[in-house]
Amino acid sequence: MMDAKKKPVPVRVWLGALLIGVVLAVLPFVLGMAGQSWIRTLNFALLYVMLALGLNIVVGFAGLLDLGYIAFYAVGAYVWAMLASPHFGLHLPFWVVMPAGIVLAALFGVLLGFPVLKLRGDYLAIVTLGFGEIIRIFMNNLDAPVNITNGPQGINRVDTFKVGEFVFGRAETFFGIRVTGPEKYYYLLLAVTLLIVFVCVRLQHSRIGRAWEAIREDEIAAKAMGINTRNVKLLAFAMGATFGGVAGGLFASMQGFVSPESFSLTESISVLCMVVLGGMGHIPGVIVGALLLSVFPELLRAVVVPLQQSVFGEVILDPDGIRMLLFGFALVLVMIYRPEGLWPSAVRRRERKMRESQA
Amino acid sequence: MSTMATSKTAGGGQVLLQASGLSKRFGGLQALSEVSFSIRQGDIYGLIGPNGAGKTTLFNVMTGLYVPESGRCEFAGHVLTDYKPHQIAEAGFARTFQNIRLFGNLSALENVMIGRHVRTRAGVLGAVLRNRATRREEEQIEARAYELLEYVGIVERANDIARSLSYGDQRRLEIARALATDPKLLALDEPAAGMNPSETVVLRQLIEKIRGDGITVLLIEHDMKLVMGLCDRVLVLEYGKVLAEGRPAEVQHNPRVIEAYLGAGAAKELGITATQEEQA
Repeated sequence: MMDAKKKPVPVRVWLGALLIGVVLAVLPFVLGMAGQSWIRTLNFALLYVMLALGLNIVVGFAGLLDLGYIAFYAVGAYVWAMLASPHFGLHLPFWVVMPAGIVLAALFGVLLGFPVLKLRGDYLAIVTLGFGEIIRIFMNNLDAPVNITNGPQGINRVDTFKVGEFVFGRAETFFGIRVTGPEKYYYLLLAVTLLIVFVCVRLQHSRIGRAWEAIREDEIAAKAMGINTRNVKLLAFAMGATFGGVAGGLFASMQGFVSPESFSLTESISVLCMVVLGGMGHIPGVIVGALLLSVFPELLRAVVVPLQQSVFGEVILDPDGIRMLLFGFALVLVMIYRPEGLWPSAVRRRERKMRESQA
Repeated sequence: MSTMATSKTAGGGQVLLQASGLSKRFGGLQALSEVSFSIRQGDIYGLIGPNGAGKTTLFNVMTGLYVPESGRCEFAGHVLTDYKPHQIAEAGFARTFQNIRLFGNLSALENVMIGRHVRTRAGVLGAVLRNRATRREEEQIEARAYELLEYVGIVERANDIARSLSYGDQRRLEIARALATDPKLLALDEPAAGMNPSETVVLRQLIEKIRGDGITVLLIEHDMKLVMGLCDRVLVLEYGKVLAEGRPAEVQHNPRVIEAYLGAGAAKELGITATQEEQA
């Protein structure tokens, strides 16, 4: 790691990066030929990458199991929805709403962090799970006596992302090329995702990242080395929550609608699955995990129904049902054959090896 | 390093650490009762006693991992008993662990780099922007970490995973990591445990070198030859109480120590028996 930094980057890497760049740039237009819904799938995949990277800070770097992570996504989404929709008649610009969402999500991260400072493992998981549910239930019920969240109906007609006169939700024609709303969002989401990846990489290889690794490896030793474990843990929760809040705000603006059911426990678990399946603590692995788990079900949906229709002449198995079945099956397989994730970091691979040699 | 290392004039320095009346109870077990002692700057101070005497408990109380029921521990102007573990490390009190607690899956270098945490400042913003100050700090952290690995003699293992190092090297890595916090006092919990005789000799030289560089050393050790040859003063604990305190030679001839701790066999090995001592 240290030596790699000093070596000049080989041409191959540059070419690879260039190729990936080109693919990412034209991807929506290629996918758009198969239907606009694929672009939406892609956009959601990017949102999940953001969420998975955020959760990876808490779970992968700092080793704190968080089952209520989606709460921060919810906070970000609801802040956007409340400050930029007819619900309160507020239509604040993105540079007010986005920071507000981020700050509030980070605040909620710290709020969750404080009571769980001394918990680890199973106990931590249970408390964070409860926290996630509390947020969702609050959003479900904060419509009386004062209507804040509009309860289970959710908030409608949320403003789209708008920079000056440039509106992301509307199709436009540039130089004779028609660019749809989802396509515009794709580039926005891609830019934010790349920024988050950059921040994650920088954090990982820093004094802060090392402190997170230290508390994951041995909290008592970390304390004895002068690491303020309370602050470092709270920072992990806050940073993770920040990315969740960003993703939430973008989600609300893209979707134009938020309701509590988007933020169920299942969503938290999905994001956690992405992190675990991809490879905890390893940024490329986590990205791959998020892309696979978010695109794969849609792919399946596109395949399962036509396949059954052609074979049986009718739909016997509901695609949603079989989707979860295959999903679970895939996870079990991964956990059996690659328990450290599809693309684990070197550290995790070592952990596994140690455990095997001890057994 | 300096000539100070070889001179064994105890009692020259100022009091660096002053423990008074430390007591700690675990349920029905009085692990420490009214333990008082003081360590002078520049000394190598030994802490001995049979298994279960409360040596490690005393370490844990002093480094803030346990909160004592009563007593006070002052260290270089700080009241350690009011501090949290990380504040104690920041005050300049570093330690190693009896059952090695390295960050096992990280490299030796990374372990030592983590030790620099408390003496460095970069936060989230610095990490993300990686501005000049942060880059310089990172370079310094890495350079210092290499320096310390060199100092303890395992620099060639810098990129090896901590857990893959030999037992003796892990002990030395723990010392390097503790030294990375720039301590005034280095507390070593059985550093020679599991070392072979030649490794112990190297360890002894290392401890003398550390003291020579102006760091006071507190040492828990079972290897009597090491303790008696190295320490300026020794504290003997038994059942959580101070049994004796003084220069190694005094303690060695203290009949209570011989009887309670060393036992008749060991006493004979040292050329004195409890009966002789009583007759004298």
